[in-house]
Amino acid sequence: MSFLSIRNLSLRLKGGERLLRAVSLNVEAGEVRGLVGESGAGKSMIGKAVLGTLPQAVEVVSGEIWLDGVDLLTLPVGQRRKRIGGLAALIPQDPLTALNPSRRIGPQITDRLVDILSWKRDRAEARARELLAEVQIDGAERVLRSYPHELSGGMRQRILIASAFAAEPKLIIADEPTTALDVTVQKQILRLIAGMQARHDTALLFVTHDLGVVSKVCQNLTILYGGLVVEDASVRDFFHAPKHAYSRALLAATPKYTDPAASLLPVPDAVIAAVRAEVAAADEAWHG
Amino acid sequence: MADLYEVKDLHLSLPDLTRKPFLGPAPRIEILNGVSFTIAKGEILGIVGGSGSGKSTLGRALLRLLQPTGGSIHFDGQDITYLSEDRLRPSRRRFQMIFQDPMSSLNPRHRVGKIIAGPLQVQGMDHSPARVADALDHVGLPRSFAQRYPHELSGGQRQRIGIARAIALRPEFILADEIVSGLDVSSQAQVLNLLEGLVKDLGLTLGFISHDLSVIRRLCTRVLVLQQGRIVENAPTCQVFAAPSAAYTRELLDAIPLPDPDQVWV
Repeated sequence: MSFLSIRNLSLRLKGGERLLRAVSLNVEAGEVRGLVGESGAGKSMIGKAVLGTLPQAVEVVSGEIWLDGVDLLTLPVGQRRKRIGGLAALIPQDPLTALNPSRRIGPQITDRLVDILSWKRDRAEARARELLAEVQIDGAERVLRSYPHELSGGMRQRILIASAFAAEPKLIIADEPTTALDVTVQKQILRLIAGMQARHDTALLFVTHDLGVVSKVCQNLTILYGGLVVEDASVRDFFHAPKHAYSRALLAATPKYTDPAASLLPVPDAVIAAVRAEVAAADEAWHG
Repeated sequence: MADLYEVKDLHLSLPDLTRKPFLGPAPRIEILNGVSFTIAKGEILGIVGGSGSGKSTLGRALLRLLQPTGGSIHFDGQDITYLSEDRLRPSRRRFQMIFQDPMSSLNPRHRVGKIIAGPLQVQGMDHSPARVADALDHVGLPRSFAQRYPHELSGGQRQRIGIARAIALRPEFILADEIVSGLDVSSQAQVLNLLEGLVKDLGLTLGFISHDLSVIRRLCTRVLVLQQGRIVENAPTCQVFAAPSAAYTRELLDAIPLPDPDQVWV
């Protein structure tokens, strides 16, 4: 069985709108999978469902989330948290809001290790120093005593990456980790994530709307629209011959500076209408 | 073609409050360090640079939202560098801005109609519903949107409201600061196409700040590359992409991940 296996997962806002429509996707051990969609497609919700951090207003309607052979949705909350905490971690999107502005960096890395995984504080602190070296931060002692506002955006993102790898997770969910950064820093950070992923042989679910980034860091990808999986393919197959009309339109809308004649094409209304019809059909099948 | 903007040896420094001593003034950081360029009428000028390069500061100085500390800015022949706010106000109509984050730049408590009418009223111009409807027509949104609140709109629609608010004043120059970086690729394509059409139809001059060179290539006629408050490149777009003269420009280009798994990148 795959390391992470999501089966027919459906989510909705309590008493309202559907967010995910019978989504199935697998991430093998050590695989890097891109999860791509426009805003509102439900890509972040998948990550949150796996990590057990869905907002209060969202409920699971049906489905299974198997992580390393256990269906998380059947576990009681306490056990679920322990299990997720030991196996999976998150690299969040915005490095400023993800760090507590009023606390020093050090405890923000070590607290999770001490509180949830019951590490001794000494061991957690030694691990934090080791990790900062691994994410190429010099002067670890000084940085661990700093507050988030004293560090640059790229530096903060490195710290969150270090923090995600702290407990040697087998799966990392990266939720748009470079959207807030400029291209040169983005490149460094992506290199860093890819390098860490390969060294630790961690599976990575890379949530993004940027197909350019996906083509660089992922082996496979899943495209979402309106909470529905529209395409699931290897990166190579996808970029050479996308199967779904929506995928093709999305690719055509992605800017490419090397193509001088490139006029960006918005996703055509007909394609949107067709993919919406698929979403509606999925809803009907669900009710029926 | 005549120049709309003429910027000479522009300097701008701000106090560095993180290093302010307990008593006495904070040391100043040089954000812009002797920037000189011109913007011709009808041109779409791309302003590129990494974060902290000073591109937004330069944009804000052009609109006199920040006070330069040295050098000069001429707008349509008039020196606006040190003009007092009272004397500047009549000219403000002529240069407008579209902001990066459409959520925080639209008042959440006002309906779209009021948001678009606001600046018209300040300038003592016609701010009737007909004028608002006309602005909405220009950006391809239904007139009924005047009754909506910003939270009821999608990101792309909100950004169009920002554009409508700017063009309603019939400005000659618009500064667009990273206006598509928060949008999905398909809404990004729509907003860029819209902006390009408006520049042609209304005879606008556009300053387009972005860190995304793919977008710049798509839209702009000329590109300024900023690094640490200095211009390292100022050339027509095709030239910048074919043969960048600055190492920094090359670095920016090489950092862009193209949607192509065969590109050598890492």
